[in-house]
Amino acid sequence: MPGITGKDQVLSTYADKLSALDAPKGRSLTQDALRRLTRNKAAVVSIGVLVLIVLVAFIGPYFVPWGYSQVDWSNIRKPPNFEALHYLGTDQNGRDMLARVLQGTQMSLIVAAVATLVSVFIGVIYGAVAGYFGGRVDAIMMRIVDVMYALPYILFVIILVVMFGRNPVLLFVGIGAIEWLTMARIVRGQTLTLKEREFVEAARASGAKPFTIIMRHIVPNLTGPVVIYATLTIPEIIIAESFLSYLGLGVQEPQTSLGTLISAGAPVAEVMPWLLLAPAAVLVTMLFCLTYVGDGLRDALDPKDR
Amino acid sequence: MALLEVKNLKVDFDTQDGVVHAVRDLSYTLEKGKTLAIVGESGSGKTQGAFALMGLLPKNGRATGSVMFDGKEILNLPLRQINEYRAARIGIIFQDPMTSLNPYLRISRQMTEVLERHKGMSHSAALAESVRFLDAVRIPDAKNRVHMYPHEFSGGMRQRVMIAMSLLCGPELLIADEPTTALDVTVQAEIIDLLVDLQEDFGASIILITHDLGIVAGTCEDTLVMFDGKVMEYRKTEDLFANPEHPYTQGLLSAVPRLDKKVERLSTVSYEFMSQRGEA
Amino acid sequence: MSEKDVILEVRNLSVHFDIPAGGLFGGHKVLKAVKDVSFDLHAGETLGIVGESGCGKSTLSRAIIRLIQASGGESKWMGKDILKMSPKELVGLRKDIQMIFQDPLASLNPRMTAGAIIAEPLLIHYPNVNKAERTARVAEMMQKVGLSPSMINKYPHEFSGGQCQRIGIARALITKPKLIVCDEAVSALDVSVQAQVINLLMDLQKEFGVSLLFIAHDIAVVRHIAQRIMVLYFGEVVEIGDSEQVVMAPRHDYTKKLIASVPVPDPKEEMKRREERRRLRREAAAAAA
Repeated sequence: MPGITGKDQVLSTYADKLSALDAPKGRSLTQDALRRLTRNKAAVVSIGVLVLIVLVAFIGPYFVPWGYSQVDWSNIRKPPNFEALHYLGTDQNGRDMLARVLQGTQMSLIVAAVATLVSVFIGVIYGAVAGYFGGRVDAIMMRIVDVMYALPYILFVIILVVMFGRNPVLLFVGIGAIEWLTMARIVRGQTLTLKEREFVEAARASGAKPFTIIMRHIVPNLTGPVVIYATLTIPEIIIAESFLSYLGLGVQEPQTSLGTLISAGAPVAEVMPWLLLAPAAVLVTMLFCLTYVGDGLRDALDPKDR
Repeated sequence: MALLEVKNLKVDFDTQDGVVHAVRDLSYTLEKGKTLAIVGESGSGKTQGAFALMGLLPKNGRATGSVMFDGKEILNLPLRQINEYRAARIGIIFQDPMTSLNPYLRISRQMTEVLERHKGMSHSAALAESVRFLDAVRIPDAKNRVHMYPHEFSGGMRQRVMIAMSLLCGPELLIADEPTTALDVTVQAEIIDLLVDLQEDFGASIILITHDLGIVAGTCEDTLVMFDGKVMEYRKTEDLFANPEHPYTQGLLSAVPRLDKKVERLSTVSYEFMSQRGEA
Repeated sequence: MSEKDVILEVRNLSVHFDIPAGGLFGGHKVLKAVKDVSFDLHAGETLGIVGESGCGKSTLSRAIIRLIQASGGESKWMGKDILKMSPKELVGLRKDIQMIFQDPLASLNPRMTAGAIIAEPLLIHYPNVNKAERTARVAEMMQKVGLSPSMINKYPHEFSGGQCQRIGIARALITKPKLIVCDEAVSALDVSVQAQVINLLMDLQKEFGVSLLFIAHDIAVVRHIAQRIMVLYFGEVVEIGDSEQVVMAPRHDYTKKLIASVPVPDPKEEMKRREERRRLRREAAAAAA
């Protein structure tokens, strides 16, 4: 293939040399951050615990003798009982609490993951576009965000449920669609500072198109704040899901979620404490771990701030 | 007796990647009323060496060695005691005046406060004294400008205010850390000339820390060249410029494009130094 | 030099900024950052633009190549006004005019490898070049600017300041441009590194025959590298001429003051210059009174 300057001979010798030369890989910023993160004990332990929770929630049900909707007529409202294989007891309908907690954790995790992904995806693109183009585009796009902020999201979810029926997927989309607003604002702010940086100007001077600049130069450099904010969003979403389920707009019986379990256990905490303790312990552990991971990530990605 | 005697000063920093030796071995003496320039490029340890003797190191920094000021050891003094030296007997001028001026207070308030605290002056006397000092650093219309906020001054004017503040208590030693690096050349010349004049009037000893050999030439009696935390050359300024002995000084002097001489090609500092900086 | 040699013709270029005067209905103040600037640039020539902070030199350089919008005048590249070019023509222009920036590290995307950074202009202007050739070209260019091609996969933060600036230079040269705008390209570097980079720039200019618009606040550096110097003061050209003439026999008062202010690393000479500065200051004070 013809080269730019026609110096093919020179180039092919270079190409030959290059294939012989094994250029060492550099340490990317992400690798640097991970290295710092692994030095943070609290964060490492939290990640371990989270991974464990995820694994148990998804694999555990196969090893539990009871299904989450299976009723054990001989054991209703029973505290933990190892002989009957109800390790965490049963609820008012005789369903095994361990199975239900596992299923609830699963559901909460899925909701959190999907909604966070949706919010990151929309928020990053929306915010980066608004911030990069600035001026009137920015003004209009951000006023839309302001208006959506003003809408009570409960109302928004109710409308969705009325239109499309009860469907967990809708719930994810609904929550994600609200959460992206804050993400978009954060991303826009970061983009405003990023686009003044010299490397963005260098790309413009090289003739790069706006879309290329956003995808190649702006978005990768947003990783820090986006990841940190996302870890903080997950607990928020888990709580929002609990709230919606409590109102009867979220996950429906016999399926359950951590929020639903807690709201069912709370009123009977004095007589049947095991109904509240098990799901609450899982939720609290998860929230703690996520906070530590978020903190650790912030320190790792932004070493200057310490 | 020398006003300041620094012996075998070492400054180390504990970082995540191990101990960094910012200053490896720094010794010099400064007589009363004399000026000393400490010249070096970034990473040479010139600033850390000066900050260490004022107890201004960040938390992860450690200084060892000896610093005798007016016959007393001042290195690693507890904060309460070093504070008696700061401002009152040793003044500091920073590169960025905004780091030491409070943006929310009027200049008058910031200046009179120092005088009232350290010299026990009444407010009106302190105000009059402040105006006198602003006059001395050639701030036009000092009487009215003393009541302005720091942001209302231009960069050069702000640095003048900073100099006036550092002189307020009649310090015996003035440490100027890159006082003109952030300023334009024309302003830089004015500030440096001002420092020279003030030195003649106030008689304070000055340590001028800079990367610019040019401003050293006409300003300081002695020059100390640092590289990688060590002293490369420490001599009378005149001799050093006329006949630099150390290869690093020679390299540095010939690497600067000069207005008074035209060369076809700049010579560079030799490979041994550049490779240490990771630039070879 | 003949008329044919002129590659860039700037005529009466002005840049005005609207600044909100404060308050909701405060209206706008107009800041004239660049006023009626005109000059020619010849092929293979280096023109230095000198001025102090806020004199509009950076604004001017960006307005010439339309990175910011000019308010009036024209900037003709090979006879065609850049300010009136279509987006498509503009992309073609970006191949011929590249830029080198002040802050070596900040001008490189921290998330890209040195190789990817240098290759970016190639990717934009020659999308059909295959990966092997692109890598070969990047490696060739790295060697030209004094970087080992084995560093191709390293990230900017693993390089020293001088090396980062070399990456910036390699990126600017990879499309074989006809003009490079250097915006304070050596100002942020230490003295020893600065000398190396200046030498490199001059060598590469000879090799590639590229023209330079060299913007800097340090007139000694500019004199060393440029054949002609243009002095800017508050957005206006106060003096333009051959480097030696501007430095040795400045015509305008501001140029005189600027040159008298530059410190010279020679104690005796510097004492003389201080006396000269004191004299100029006294004269100015007397003139004001």
